Amino acid sequence: MAVPRYWREIPARYNLIGKRCKVCGRVYFPPRNICPVCRRKSVGQMEDYKLKGTGVVESYTIIHVPPPHFEGEEPYIMALIKLDEGPYVTGQIVECDEKDVHIGMRVRATFRKIMEDGEKGAIYYGYKFVKEEE
Amino acid sequence: MREVAVIGIGMTKFGELWDKSFRDLVAEAGVKAIMDAGIEGKDIDAMYIGGMSSGGFVEQEHVAPLAIEVAGLEDFHIPATRVEGACASGGLAMRQGYIAVASGIHDIVLVGGAEKMTDVVGTEATNVLASAADREWEAFFGMTFPGLYALMARYHMHKYGTTQEQLASVAVKNHYNGSMNPNAQFNRKISIEDVLASPMVADPLYLLDCSPITDGAAAAILAPLDIAKKYTDKIVKILASTQASDTISLHNRKRFDALPAAIHAARQAYKMAGVEPKDIDVAEVHDCFTIAEIMAIEDLGFFEKGKGGKATEEGLTAIDGQIPINTSGGLKAKGHPVGATGVAQINEIVMQLRGEAGKRQVKDAEIGLTHNVGGSGGTAVVHILGVI
Repeated sequence: MAVPRYWREIPARYNLIGKRCKVCGRVYFPPRNICPVCRRKSVGQMEDYKLKGTGVVESYTIIHVPPPHFEGEEPYIMALIKLDEGPYVTGQIVECDEKDVHIGMRVRATFRKIMEDGEKGAIYYGYKFVKEEE
Repeated sequence: MREVAVIGIGMTKFGELWDKSFRDLVAEAGVKAIMDAGIEGKDIDAMYIGGMSSGGFVEQEHVAPLAIEVAGLEDFHIPATRVEGACASGGLAMRQGYIAVASGIHDIVLVGGAEKMTDVVGTEATNVLASAADREWEAFFGMTFPGLYALMARYHMHKYGTTQEQLASVAVKNHYNGSMNPNAQFNRKISIEDVLASPMVADPLYLLDCSPITDGAAAAILAPLDIAKKYTDKIVKILASTQASDTISLHNRKRFDALPAAIHAARQAYKMAGVEPKDIDVAEVHDCFTIAEIMAIEDLGFFEKGKGGKATEEGLTAIDGQIPINTSGGLKAKGHPVGATGVAQINEIVMQLRGEAGKRQVKDAEIGLTHNVGGSGGTAVVHILGVI
């Protein structure tokens, strides 16, 4: 894979920079170019918006058959997470026993290595989630 | 708009067909449909072929002219178009054919769908299928296709109390149906215990909750209803052809216990056909995973939301049940060569309506429905067919 494909998503994947529609105030993550509520009024009105990275598990699965770049990491937890600002995001939950993960569990984003492009290729980083201490 | 009929069907056996190439499959299904319709190659005015990822699976794009070539139709120079909508590619090809005939642009249209999935090794098939999901924001982070349906399964179980056994009962029923279908990949009956003892793929989905990797192709011939009789007496009318879309990613959907695109396509289809869910005698639905069939029979209005698991467990979707679902064995047992699936569903419903389904025949079936889904629900296609 060409590096620019990953490089251009760095703000969102490293720092959870999403978009906020200046017209209606709704927050989007992953970033969107157009607000589906305001549509044409939102063109040019989508500003960068940093999300806190905290949220709650809405659903989860434990992956036992992984895709090529994740071989050897299975089993691992993947979750559908509702961020506190409203958007939902898909991400891995780490440092959590598969028996402990549950719907309603509070999590927060953390910066991690996601995968590498073979032995000599680029290493890709991004967010994963950990259980939020009460 | 003209009324449109299906005048011919054909499909290959589905399975791990190591001795057959992509080309062999396309040629076999196409020729069978042409013979079934009683037409000749020169009668065909256009072709649409559904395929999800011939590029990913056999490193071959531009498969529409390839299909024309393997069928020996190149001298007619008819328009041939490949249609892609992930696992709904076949349904989309069917709909494109319908639109072409209904509009009056073309008379006789060959619709096909094909996928050759076993020419890749290891986890590559998983990777190609993951491209039906959002590559940048789902797959990049390690999400798989079964994983997305597992998220919906867990959500459905949490919200409605759907059980692991109810999920498994979908697979058990579909394998039972598949045992009576000579074209099915699996003719083996299974039990709830077999499902729960199979390896875990993406918790809570076991291997036997998942449709398999399959090679296969299917085809259908469409014609205007008023000239269909010229070719054949075995005419099935298309009462509705609808399609809807949604976000490619699951996380951006408005709900996770249903596929909103399927609900939209179904509502429009019932309106177009002038029928209600209770009027449907038999349906082929997109059971790529057991949870997908449970959501489908709810989204299509056969059962109340949240009651699909219980209905399946109670046998209401069996061949002799209230609404027979996936008499062919469904994607689970018949197999799921992704691009062929939508057209194979049409094959089964046409067989049912003609009374040619043998041991799995639904008594007095007059109206049938197909429900074909792309990705985790980004695309949905519904067709309603009826006897004339």
